[in-house]
Amino acid sequence: MDFFIDSFLSAASLIWSMDPEFLVVVYVSLKVSSTSTLIASIVGVPTGFLIAFTEFRGRRLLITILNTLLSLPTVVVGLFVYAFISRRGVFGVYDLLYTQKAMVIGQVILIVPIVTTFTIAAISRIDERYRKTALTLGANLLQTAWLILREARFGIAAAIIAAFGRVIAEVGISMMLGGNAKGFTRTMTTAMALEYDKGLFVLSVALGIVLLTVSFAVNLFFNYFQGKARV
Amino acid sequence: MQRQILWIITVTMGLFMIPGIANATENVLKMATTTSTENSGLLDMLLPHFTEETGIRVKVFAKGTGAAIRDGMDGNVDIVFVHAKDREERFVADGYGAYRLGVMHNDFVILGPFTDPAEIKGMHDAPMALKKIAEKGAAFVSRGDDSGTHTKEQSLWKATGLPLKTETVQIVKNLKKHSFSSQHPEGLGQWYHSIGQGMGKALTYAEEKQAYTMADRGTYLKYKFGRKGGLDLEILCQGDNRLFNPYGIIPVDPKKHPHVKFQWADRLANWLVSPKAQHLIAQYKIEGQQAFFPDVISTLK
Repeated sequence: MDFFIDSFLSAASLIWSMDPEFLVVVYVSLKVSSTSTLIASIVGVPTGFLIAFTEFRGRRLLITILNTLLSLPTVVVGLFVYAFISRRGVFGVYDLLYTQKAMVIGQVILIVPIVTTFTIAAISRIDERYRKTALTLGANLLQTAWLILREARFGIAAAIIAAFGRVIAEVGISMMLGGNAKGFTRTMTTAMALEYDKGLFVLSVALGIVLLTVSFAVNLFFNYFQGKARV
Repeated sequence: MQRQILWIITVTMGLFMIPGIANATENVLKMATTTSTENSGLLDMLLPHFTEETGIRVKVFAKGTGAAIRDGMDGNVDIVFVHAKDREERFVADGYGAYRLGVMHNDFVILGPFTDPAEIKGMHDAPMALKKIAEKGAAFVSRGDDSGTHTKEQSLWKATGLPLKTETVQIVKNLKKHSFSSQHPEGLGQWYHSIGQGMGKALTYAEEKQAYTMADRGTYLKYKFGRKGGLDLEILCQGDNRLFNPYGIIPVDPKKHPHVKFQWADRLANWLVSPKAQHLIAQYKIEGQQAFFPDVISTLK
């Protein structure tokens, strides 16, 4: 029990002290995770939209593949990207490995399937009559799409929240592609892994508590948007 | 139906637990060691001989020195095999370790890219070499993980006389405040990369960034010659006796943790300093070069 009390008190003192080194870690985490969530949303939401509304051969297969990619291990994504961007890889000349950009690339690959499949699910739930009514009332395709997007925003917001949660909590990609370099690519999760390796468990758990606190703040923000939608 | 499913789950879980119980009665000794020991391949050669002789199997957990010692303090392992002499002695003095035996040593080398921007090639004075790297602002990769190698690196930076930044983290332990500190030269976030990972990762990181770094010779040889497309880094500074790296073995004291298998740990520790093991250590070669020098039979050198 003492262990958890110690961890909570350490977390509190960590937040209270506002140590600049610690703030950099939180900042890097947030910056990388929100960048990759943003990119993945820009790619994933329209893709999900297209898949939900068009009929083509292999559509079901594509959805199954996307669903399978939900269980993509971070280490696999890490290795895959590593092979391409390391100095010996095809894109080696761009000096990408162990930078925040590399982390974003890996994380985007990880969460595009999440955003896409959740978007498909959210849109499929919207009554077909919405679309038909809008079309008969003279809305063009773009306006119809906008209407449905508005109707499905609760589900789409959930897709984005899930994707953000996945990247801010993942450690494999950040470690392999970011390299945990202090001040450059150290995130909250890689810092936790490090403190565990050093044997400072209390600090590791404290960082976990901070991560959840930060995540809570981000979700409050999302909740504001979601709350306006009819559930 | 639900009850049946519950039964199936319970039985399955029970089946998984049986081997766990069976394992506990087997002759397995748990050893915490450093990643550099494990990465060098020495233990893979050495431990089968011990198992053959005594029937005791050794389970190896490779971590940073800090975590390995912590495992010993918590009684998670029976024996600790690390290389940070001051900390090992403190570990014994604090009553966690029963005793410490010096087993062997190897040395650290300072590595860098072939182009050598800081011009340290051929230097024998390690702190001077680091000073030149710092003054040039050439990229340097630090383990930064509180390991034995990191401890050594910090002591060398201290010897350069450069202004160092001390960093302190505070944690609450048993409701009391404790602080841990580490030191690094100015330039963190610019040329000094503190990556907080093991030796192997530090080497590949340095190679990738074509940066300077410090490594134990064994791991370096393994990465340079032991694989295809060897490490693209050269030894630029070596031979300073401040780069000396002694390894010690410490059984966890049964007075602190009654459940540890002290008898076997004691046997392993004494076996490692026996003539047979010492000869094996001396004969162990990585890519044709002796990597470790036994401490008890030093004449073998």
